[in-house]
Amino acid sequence: MQEHKQDKKIAEAPPEQIAYADILFYGCWFGIFVLLITYILYLTRIVPPYVPMEQLTWYWSHNVHHYVEEANVPTGWGWVKFLNKGDFLNFIGIAFLALLTIVGFLTLIPAYAKKKDWAFMVIVVVEILVLLLAATGILGTGGH
Amino acid sequence: MFAHVMMRYKQKCIWILGWFFYLLSHPLLAMASETVSDHIVRGGKPWWFWVIVLFFFCFILGIIAVLAGVGGGVLYVPLVSGFFPFHLDFVRGAGLLVALAGALAAGPGLLRRNLANLKLAIPVALIASSCAIAGAFLGLALPRNIVQTLLGATIIGIAILLSVSKNVERPKVTKQDAIGLALGMSGAYWEESTKEVVHWKTHRTWLGLLLFIIIGLMAGMFGLGAGWANVPVLNLLMGVPLKVAVGTSKFLLSITDTSAAWVYLNKGCVIPLMAVPSIVGLMLGSFVGVRVLAIAKPKVIRYIVITVLFFAGIKAFLKGLGIG
Repeated sequence: MQEHKQDKKIAEAPPEQIAYADILFYGCWFGIFVLLITYILYLTRIVPPYVPMEQLTWYWSHNVHHYVEEANVPTGWGWVKFLNKGDFLNFIGIAFLALLTIVGFLTLIPAYAKKKDWAFMVIVVVEILVLLLAATGILGTGGH
Repeated sequence: MFAHVMMRYKQKCIWILGWFFYLLSHPLLAMASETVSDHIVRGGKPWWFWVIVLFFFCFILGIIAVLAGVGGGVLYVPLVSGFFPFHLDFVRGAGLLVALAGALAAGPGLLRRNLANLKLAIPVALIASSCAIAGAFLGLALPRNIVQTLLGATIIGIAILLSVSKNVERPKVTKQDAIGLALGMSGAYWEESTKEVVHWKTHRTWLGLLLFIIIGLMAGMFGLGAGWANVPVLNLLMGVPLKVAVGTSKFLLSITDTSAAWVYLNKGCVIPLMAVPSIVGLMLGSFVGVRVLAIAKPKVIRYIVITVLFFAGIKAFLKGLGIG
């Protein structure tokens, strides 16, 4: 029994991995909860939509370029200005879920610095930059 | 008595799933979906019809994905783009969010049990996520017919891979290579079934990392979660035990798909009306799937899924060529 306990200890995840797991756990369920609430507000039209739902059945059968142009939908982070519209309100939960990984990676920087694991610290920093590059939309927005 | 009831329940489950997939692969339904699609353009089915149908479709897809041991994204993109009136641009955007939400939900448990390993995942994720961004831009820049043809070819390839690849539970790695050693790509996990600690390390790490360039590109281009490719590369090539390969692959999707999802999000490819029921339906389905897993025959369902992927792949391929 004692032997098993010692063996299990060897196989335990390092503390930075546990901290990362906790962020994902609470963040993911919070994000899903926000997504559900905003979706209900949108579907019930308590918060009116930017693009009328009746028109979406037309737009979603065409490509994104057509949708962006015809419905005059904002690209990049332009949706932030339209949070009073039900459809863009849903982007809070979606963006939150898509930002979680960046938050998790940020916690790894001090952890690897403390361990003097410089190689991994650099990899983590570069990964954050890559994700931020994608998230900011610097690389390009708008349909093809 | 109980065993008899369970057996009948099991048979019923398989029968229903079989019919579900048969109907999906049936040309009549494909025709019907096209007719419905035309009908909508003329103002036919109301929006809520598609929200409800998509939610239940994704719920069943979530159950099946768990039983078949594949990610939701790999089934979602070919099936929803083939049988729903949504353009591939929006299906790929939603597909990435579906895979991302699934990976985020599964990640914590896998990380805590050390079945997903940060030391293994982080270098791989850097390569795959950078390439997924490039893949996403490439996928959105190419004409639809080319992407559809490539998607069809990829889905057929996945079906072949799933039917021929025999993963190894604990691959033998006699000597760790220099890059794997330098990056600390090794670890241990507790195997409950045998009550022992399983130590592991990687080999052929360079080749594995190079393959993640292609995996990242494909994930971004087609909006597919890439578990189908991650697991064989980590397990068969790099020598990671199957449980760690599956766990790390699932966690890896939360990073790879994040980068590609942002590209689709910024380009306007996410329509919440269809994306949210897809995410919620698939997540709820996955929870039910885990419970059904205890009584179903995953092997039979896996074969059904492989068959459906073949059909969906051929359909997408022909549609891309303008034949289907």
